[in-house]
Amino acid sequence: MSTLVITDLRANVLTEDGPKEILKGVNLTIKPGEIHAIMGPNGSGKSTLAYAIAGHPKYEITSGSVTLDGVELSELSVDERAKAGLYLAMQYPVEVPGVSVSNFLRTAKTALDGEAPKVRTWVKDVEKALANLQLDKSFAARSVNEGFSGGEKKRHEIAQLQLLNPKAAILDETDSGLDIDALKVVAEGVNQYAAAGDKAVALITHYTRILRYIEPTYVHVFVGGQIVESGGKELGEKLEAEGYEQYVSAIANA
Amino acid sequence: MTTVTDAPNVASALETVESHLHPTPSWDVADHPVPSGREEIWRFTPVKKLKALFNADGPHDSHLEWECAFPEGVTQRVVGVEEARALSVEAPVDRVAALAHANSTDGALVVDIPDNFTSAEPIRLDLKGSGEIVFGHVIFRIGKFAEATIILRYSGLATYAEKTDVLVGDGAKVNFVTLQDWDDGAIHGGQRSVLVGRDAHVKAVTASLGGSVVRLQENSRYAGPGGEFEGYGLYFVDGEQHIQHRLFVDHNEPHTKSNVDYRGALQGKGAHAVWIGDVLIRKAAESIDTYESNKNLLLTEGCKADSVPNLEIETGEIAGAGHSSSTGRFDELQLFYLRSRGIPEREARRLVVHGFFWDIIRRIDVDEIEEKMLERVEQELELLEHAQGEA
Repeated sequence: MSTLVITDLRANVLTEDGPKEILKGVNLTIKPGEIHAIMGPNGSGKSTLAYAIAGHPKYEITSGSVTLDGVELSELSVDERAKAGLYLAMQYPVEVPGVSVSNFLRTAKTALDGEAPKVRTWVKDVEKALANLQLDKSFAARSVNEGFSGGEKKRHEIAQLQLLNPKAAILDETDSGLDIDALKVVAEGVNQYAAAGDKAVALITHYTRILRYIEPTYVHVFVGGQIVESGGKELGEKLEAEGYEQYVSAIANA
Repeated sequence: MTTVTDAPNVASALETVESHLHPTPSWDVADHPVPSGREEIWRFTPVKKLKALFNADGPHDSHLEWECAFPEGVTQRVVGVEEARALSVEAPVDRVAALAHANSTDGALVVDIPDNFTSAEPIRLDLKGSGEIVFGHVIFRIGKFAEATIILRYSGLATYAEKTDVLVGDGAKVNFVTLQDWDDGAIHGGQRSVLVGRDAHVKAVTASLGGSVVRLQENSRYAGPGGEFEGYGLYFVDGEQHIQHRLFVDHNEPHTKSNVDYRGALQGKGAHAVWIGDVLIRKAAESIDTYESNKNLLLTEGCKADSVPNLEIETGEIAGAGHSSSTGRFDELQLFYLRSRGIPEREARRLVVHGFFWDIIRRIDVDEIEEKMLERVEQELELLEHAQGEA
């Protein structure tokens, strides 16, 4: 069972002009089996939330806490957070030239499990995950994210999600830049992962489109580095119709 | 033995191409004035450090110590100046190469590999310096349909001007591996010229590992159609080191192929790598295919890589021509990405650097040298970890 608890989280982005506070006290609890859509306009800080939790070097948590099954993540290094069960599907996956997808996946799996996966089943598992995301077998021999199309990068992120099978997943704008066919493939991949029923999923998105294919348990509106409203999936429908305007102006007038 | 005429000097038979990129070859040292550093071919070079190699007054009689391990059938001999010129692929294109020949008053060392030669053992030539200034000219002649692996290794300390010519016979298959494995402080400049015979296949692997300055002009051209040239390079450039590879592939014959891929890692203040990738596709060179690539990994702050690919195309009838160049930091984002999947930092670094070089190392095809290169990758990583431990 996996519970992700974010308590009064504050975080800075590190810029050339010094640190700048982006997260201004985020509170959120994701219980096992729940999918929380976190929706907000550009610049609201929703990607910062994802990066700060995962330990991106350009962001620093200044106060508050993030726990996964009671383990404080903010005190751990990036790889220790992954070992604790956290996964971040990135909006902009990084190219790692010369490192094959298969070598990368095997190294990650070995690091997470503390032992190398069994060769025979592992090869099949990799092929299955790639096939699920409609990626050709030959994909395994390519360098990580190098020369991938935008859609391939996102599908590769979700193939990893299935293979590494973490306790909690933050999906940062996994839907952006995808055409409708690719979006369906990616959404199906996420649903397969979440079907285990004990995962905590945060689905960060700008658009409501993906919510047609992934049904959220809760929807949160994220503006100005905070959650300003929470509700069920009907909140997503409201955002679809009305946009973020009223929330943005409310913050501006505050 | 007198002048051999089965390897004509093809330079004079080619049309002249107006280009500032490659100077007209000439044996006459006067045609190659002492560079100021502003010339196109010298602008990336710390010319002051190469001063001793611009000196027409010699020395004329110093040598690198050489040790050969030649399989049966391979022979060596010293030839006079006239014969050395006649045997060469081309005349020198810069002053260092011109003097490598002109200051070698003994002429050149010629290594002959007969027609149809095969051997399980590589042909080795170890050249070692002990602090002196040396000008040297070496000519490898590989016979028709021979299959040979040649390993040329430089070590020790020297200020060395090189001219090397590699003539590859029709249908031959050659793996030409050179290791610039110098001690710190060595200065090495010069020119290598490869003539790829009709339907011959040449793979040249250039590994520049040591020395204070290494500047190599690496030229290749074809003696007939159907030839293929693969040029792979790897280099490790540490603080205050300058490593420069200047590739020039002259597609002077139709249906020829070339593929060039050089990769380097730089670390430490003042580390400077230069890669020039010139490809000329002449009018006659229809249906050729060429690709060249250079990648630099900047491991730390304070190092610099210049990477300049150039394509000159004089015929539209080609199968393919392309190039790419990338210079990137071994940055926090790559590490973050790998680590976010549970891979510990140290292992993430190793993964990145090994992956970067393995694509080149695996092409060497000589186990002991592949192992040596992997060890060098390890050493570079240890150096990096040590430096970061202190920082």
